[in-house]
Amino acid sequence: MAKTISVTLRIWRQDGPNAPGEFVVYQVEDIPDDASFLEMLDILNERLIARNKEPVCFESDCREGICGTCGLMINGQAHGPQKATATCQLHMREFKDNDVIVVEPWRAESFPVIKDLTVDRSAMDEIIKVGGYISVNTGAAPDANLIPIPHQTSSAAFDAAACIGCGACVAACPNSAAQLFCSAKVQHLNLLPQGQAERWERAEAMVEKMEEFFGSCTNHGECEEACPKEISIDFIAWTNRDYVKSKLKRRIGP
Amino acid sequence: MGKAKGRYHEVSIVIGSLNTHTPEGRLAEKWQNYQATVKLVSPKNKRGFEIIVVGTGLAGASAAASLGELGYKVHAFTYHDSPRRAHSIAAQGGINAAKNYQNDGDSVWRLFIDTIKGGDYRSREANVHRLAEVSLNIIDQCVAQGVPFARDYGGLLDNRSFGGAQVSRTFYARGQTGQQLLLGAYSALMRQVGQGSVTLHNRKEMLELVVHEGRAVGIVVRDLLTGEVSSHSAHAVVLATGGYSNVYFLSTNAKMCNVTAAWRAHRQGALFANPCYTQIHPTCIPQSDEFQSKLTLMSESLRNDGRIWVPQKGSDTRPPSEIPDSERDYYLEVKYPAFGNLVPRDVASRNAKSVVDEGRGIGERANGVYLDFTDAIAAQGEAAIADKYGNLFDIYERITGENPYKSPMRIYPATHYTMGGLWVDYELMSNLPGLFVLGEANFSDHGANRLGASALMQGLADGYFVLPSTIGPWLAQMLGESKLPADHEVFETTETAVAQRTQRWLNINGTRSVDYFHRELGKLVWDNVGMSRSRPGLEKALSEIPALYEEYLSDVRVLGSAQTLNQSLEKAGRVADFFELAQLMARDALEREESCGGHFREEHQTPEGEARRDDDNFAHATAWEWTGDPQKSIAHFEPLDFTEVDLAVRSYK
Repeated sequence: MAKTISVTLRIWRQDGPNAPGEFVVYQVEDIPDDASFLEMLDILNERLIARNKEPVCFESDCREGICGTCGLMINGQAHGPQKATATCQLHMREFKDNDVIVVEPWRAESFPVIKDLTVDRSAMDEIIKVGGYISVNTGAAPDANLIPIPHQTSSAAFDAAACIGCGACVAACPNSAAQLFCSAKVQHLNLLPQGQAERWERAEAMVEKMEEFFGSCTNHGECEEACPKEISIDFIAWTNRDYVKSKLKRRIGP
Repeated sequence: MGKAKGRYHEVSIVIGSLNTHTPEGRLAEKWQNYQATVKLVSPKNKRGFEIIVVGTGLAGASAAASLGELGYKVHAFTYHDSPRRAHSIAAQGGINAAKNYQNDGDSVWRLFIDTIKGGDYRSREANVHRLAEVSLNIIDQCVAQGVPFARDYGGLLDNRSFGGAQVSRTFYARGQTGQQLLLGAYSALMRQVGQGSVTLHNRKEMLELVVHEGRAVGIVVRDLLTGEVSSHSAHAVVLATGGYSNVYFLSTNAKMCNVTAAWRAHRQGALFANPCYTQIHPTCIPQSDEFQSKLTLMSESLRNDGRIWVPQKGSDTRPPSEIPDSERDYYLEVKYPAFGNLVPRDVASRNAKSVVDEGRGIGERANGVYLDFTDAIAAQGEAAIADKYGNLFDIYERITGENPYKSPMRIYPATHYTMGGLWVDYELMSNLPGLFVLGEANFSDHGANRLGASALMQGLADGYFVLPSTIGPWLAQMLGESKLPADHEVFETTETAVAQRTQRWLNINGTRSVDYFHRELGKLVWDNVGMSRSRPGLEKALSEIPALYEEYLSDVRVLGSAQTLNQSLEKAGRVADFFELAQLMARDALEREESCGGHFREEHQTPEGEARRDDDNFAHATAWEWTGDPQKSIAHFEPLDFTEVDLAVRSYK
């Protein structure tokens, strides 16, 4: 049989957006080490319900590391200790028997707590709304093979497009900046030939919208460390370049 | 508001005469003819029509975006915080299109035939042909949106062959085709939100369809954060709310996937077709322990290079590397020499089940078969394999702690997709006038079994290209009519009912959690209405599910309040709907006295254990009408007429 472990959890509990929160300690015994971190919380919740206590509220959906719904600060690290791993893909075999694990919601002013470990990340959608697209109405597209895209270009765009929008970069950043998220979204489109028509407007609009909600980047690089999809901070540099170039172009004229 | 006019009002609920509204003409010309003659709504008039779209996965997001672009006033609802989280995002493998970029003989006709055959001749010919036709436009649209499909070194699009196909027609984006396509649809949707044509309602769960004077006029939703129940009225309601695999508790679906939106519509009069057609995906990671609540799928593209085997003798506990080739059984390659490891999903799944049932399963729990890449790595090199499947191998290692480059993967079938769903006609309208159903939530295109890489194709076909045309005639006949006011009595009554139903879960105050009951229900459905079904099993399900449901209604424990985010409370309602659906599934499976596609009846098989179809008696779709008791639903039949296809025995030998 698979082995089991027991851990002590210190979990942030908060009834609602305006309620005061506090850490509550839970002993969780006999968790199979093949269980994922979220399955461990499921087990805790089942036990809490059995004791007539309200379960801990945390979000998750696909549990395959792609929908970006889950996200917890685990021992102070966004998504926990395993590199390139979303919370739902973290397994209890990464922990030792009798470990004390601190579990908190994403920490960022722009992600207000809704309840317990659940936060509101709708600010990210606001950034997409102002330019995170290529303007092509349904039916207006030319044949898909009309424009060859060099393998390298397509690959770089893909590396940016791999972002799952979980917000770990914001949570990990000491300034709660969203540069990694925003630049991944900008560069996915700005690198592709199809994205060129709106390249400059896109960079400006998205960066400026981001600044309405999030802090400023001071090059700590914590975001890249925390990113479950290993998005590179190079994209931030490229986006800064596009942003500055765009500002200059507009100053000089087209 | 006047009564619905025109032919829509005549949609009849008479056994044997469901009107599919399929256009006249030769199969290959039906869609063109339809589009050339369909009633249009002028740009100015479009602004006067409001449309509700529930669900923002591939079908919902693409529909909402396209309708918004056309000028309609769209309200898009999702229970997620962002449309990008819909479960379409988790599709890994790819999307089919008959582009024939590989010059390997593909065509619209061939994609059509493959899909009809793959569905075991239980889908509607005209819909499937249309799907194959618009597959071409989907790829163009997605590339223009910036979807980074795989490319070769000349910069052109790459394709691969996918389960059940002898041509390479699958477009893919590493192992995350679903995410990239959804990001495309989501970006198009957000552009419309930015431009004001689409209003996004996030974290709102549809809990009732509102029907007035025989037509769908709106929905009632609950705000998941505040518990506020509100009404939304429109000229048409579009459901794109996915499938019902989570009735099995353990499935590859996301945790929140549920049947509630479709089921509430069913209870309001929409027919539910072929609920017994469920798909078991052959390549999932076997369950590791009892607590597990979610299975992870490994893309079946892995079957292109991986070889499936089990030891020849049972209870062989040697590590795979110590079992010589001569003592391995590559059972798919032996049984199906033409298709080998690439046989369709149902065939691969049943064969895996039978070798495991024989006691030849592998792994600590003897609950899987091997998917072995040793030969592929030797032939192509580790780098080439990593390029194709790297992220899948990483996912596998993260979950199991085993390295698939070094030792074979362990896989086993799991529920993954449901072909059944709300009945729709050629225009994707249900029998309830004004209610349209798209994507996995409808029953239309996959028959009894869906081919790999066809779900994404159907979702986007419905949303980008079909609905924007086919919703026209319904709206055109309502020109000048305003929508029913959202404070109309029918909405108020429904709101009260929804609020009471929600409160009811909190009042029961029983002893066991929602998950406990969901798990028990799932076991019953998996054991008796799962990969292989028999009369005694189905009858057992039909007698035991109501008993468990009774217990649920009197003993479930839901804590907390209805005025805040309360996940157990949300789930309580969804599980109740699963209880009712499960009975209809069993009933449907019992009535269908044949084996076809994902529906395998043990009583109906050949001496070699292959599915035996009965075209004389069952070449029809069964669309069930709600009567108040899922075991007493009334069956309506849509005969499936095949005008240009010969019904053949599906053989992959």
